[in-house]
Amino acid sequence: MKKLNKSTQKLITTLAVIVVLYIVMSIMDGTGNLSSLMSGLLVPVCAYSLVAVGLNLCVGYLGELSLGHAGFMCVGAFTSAFFSKLFQDSIPDVPRFILALVIGTLMAALFGFLIAIPVLRLSGDYLAIVTLAFGEIIKNVINVLYVGVDSNGLHFSIKDQMSLGMEPTGKMLVNGAQGITGTPRQSTFTIAVLLLIIALIVTHNFVNSRTGRAVKAIRDNQIAAETVGLPVTKYKLVAFTISAAIAGVGGVLYAHNINSLTATTNNFGYNMSIMILVYVVLGGIGNFSGSVIAAVVLTMLPEMLRGLSTYRMLIYSIVLIVLMLFNWAPAILKWREEHGITTAAIVGKFKKTKEVR
Amino acid sequence: MSLLEVTNLGISFGGLRAVDEFNLTIEQGELYGLIGPNGAGKTTVFNMLTGIYQPTDGKIFLDGKDITGKKTAEINKAGIARTFQNIRLFGDQSVLDNVKIGLHNSFDYGTATGIFRLPKYFNVEKAMDEKALEILSVFGLDKEADVLASNLPYGKQRELEIARALATNPKLLLLDEPAAGMNPNETKDLMNTIALIRKEFGVTILLIEHDMKLVSGICEKLTVLNFGRVLSQGQTTDVLNDPEVIKAYLGE
Repeated sequence: MKKLNKSTQKLITTLAVIVVLYIVMSIMDGTGNLSSLMSGLLVPVCAYSLVAVGLNLCVGYLGELSLGHAGFMCVGAFTSAFFSKLFQDSIPDVPRFILALVIGTLMAALFGFLIAIPVLRLSGDYLAIVTLAFGEIIKNVINVLYVGVDSNGLHFSIKDQMSLGMEPTGKMLVNGAQGITGTPRQSTFTIAVLLLIIALIVTHNFVNSRTGRAVKAIRDNQIAAETVGLPVTKYKLVAFTISAAIAGVGGVLYAHNINSLTATTNNFGYNMSIMILVYVVLGGIGNFSGSVIAAVVLTMLPEMLRGLSTYRMLIYSIVLIVLMLFNWAPAILKWREEHGITTAAIVGKFKKTKEVR
Repeated sequence: MSLLEVTNLGISFGGLRAVDEFNLTIEQGELYGLIGPNGAGKTTVFNMLTGIYQPTDGKIFLDGKDITGKKTAEINKAGIARTFQNIRLFGDQSVLDNVKIGLHNSFDYGTATGIFRLPKYFNVEKAMDEKALEILSVFGLDKEADVLASNLPYGKQRELEIARALATNPKLLLLDEPAAGMNPNETKDLMNTIALIRKEFGVTILLIEHDMKLVSGICEKLTVLNFGRVLSQGQTTDVLNDPEVIKAYLGE
């Protein structure tokens, strides 16, 4: 029970830090002290953090490496953007955004669930490869999807715009590789932070609940989990679906922050999946707050280094290596413990306890 | 009616007949021993009883119900719990949580209740904590409830594994070499613990063991396996004096 209190304390600390940062950033933004580049990054940072939190649930608690979470983000983004675009003139702003959020999340959860059914029969490297493939499939299917609307209703095609056979007054919703343009930009920093806080509370409560314990038990020892009567497949599905849903929320935020939503390798392909995984690993596997910190730092970093032009990606990779060593190398961990480096709180209890063992 | 009835159980791995024509009857409340030289197929029998392996032949009846070929989790719900020769705890979770996972099916609230922390969550969690501590206190582990399972000393890990198995409220408890790696004093403690849980939980026990002192000290009946076949079966003293058994264990 002491442990529970400790993790709750950590959650409260994290939330407090997020709120303080939110207030500081909002004031700076309001008074014009934030460069346009930085203020443009506020929402994406929260979106990436959300996806990282979702992936961390999968990697850290389910114990399965998924390389397809950008795919779930993509599903959430496109479903919600499609919805917002379709009902742009018929539903008022606020309820429409809420509905888009719910629908995007549910759709990502549905895809997570459907993909999990075959994928969770695998484990380890095989699971990683298959999720990677699913992520790519989602992205590629969206790239050839054409959807338009006119007075006759919706038209679908996976060939080109012409084959939709729409009336000249019709409106394109999804235009193949050009994606969805003109999505209402409703993702404000406030909404983004609010969603991030909710996601952190949900994941914290989940892993400390009866179901969460079962999921962790399956991760620790599947055979033992079966012999104490846990329905392994069911809980794996539950965890994977929640993980995909949270990634979907990240996608909704992302979609409603940009004018033109396209599915490219960089934003929804394996590049993004790997980047999210980098956040999760650097922030600490099983450590949700860590994922947020890593996402914030690593998203801001390349932008802040922009002045160094060509060298910035070089420096970025060096920073990654240094951070990795700082967080994981046994010698450095020992040194940090001896010197009582207080960032231990950031690195998280999970790894600490492992280190003691 | 016997608690466990196994008839003609057999399993083949390719051309290897690991267990053949295995018969076993255990009555309610008995403490039964399964012994035999290394590689005789004792753990294979346990794996078949708990559904980790699917037997190629034969039937398993628990309390008159056919549980052959059922899934491991369902067999546990039917009333068989086990421990492992190589301890399988949930190492990254606390001692208390390990037992609470054992209690998983005895208490119920949904995933959503857990996420939104509805009042039911707090009530059920509190009841689970109390029950888990009650089980732990039988083993004297309640003081270590917050320790990570993997940080417990070896002997206590074995006890925790038994506690976790008992938390699933089994009719039949299978112990796979509970005294493995223990010194004579720890073995003696273990014998007392086994006697105690029999009394406290009213559970029937089937155990695999190599330690003859433990076997002859607490088991009422024995089955001896050799090369996958039953060599001898019956009351402990009779079995241990069986010339065939002595031959298999000590050589001619």
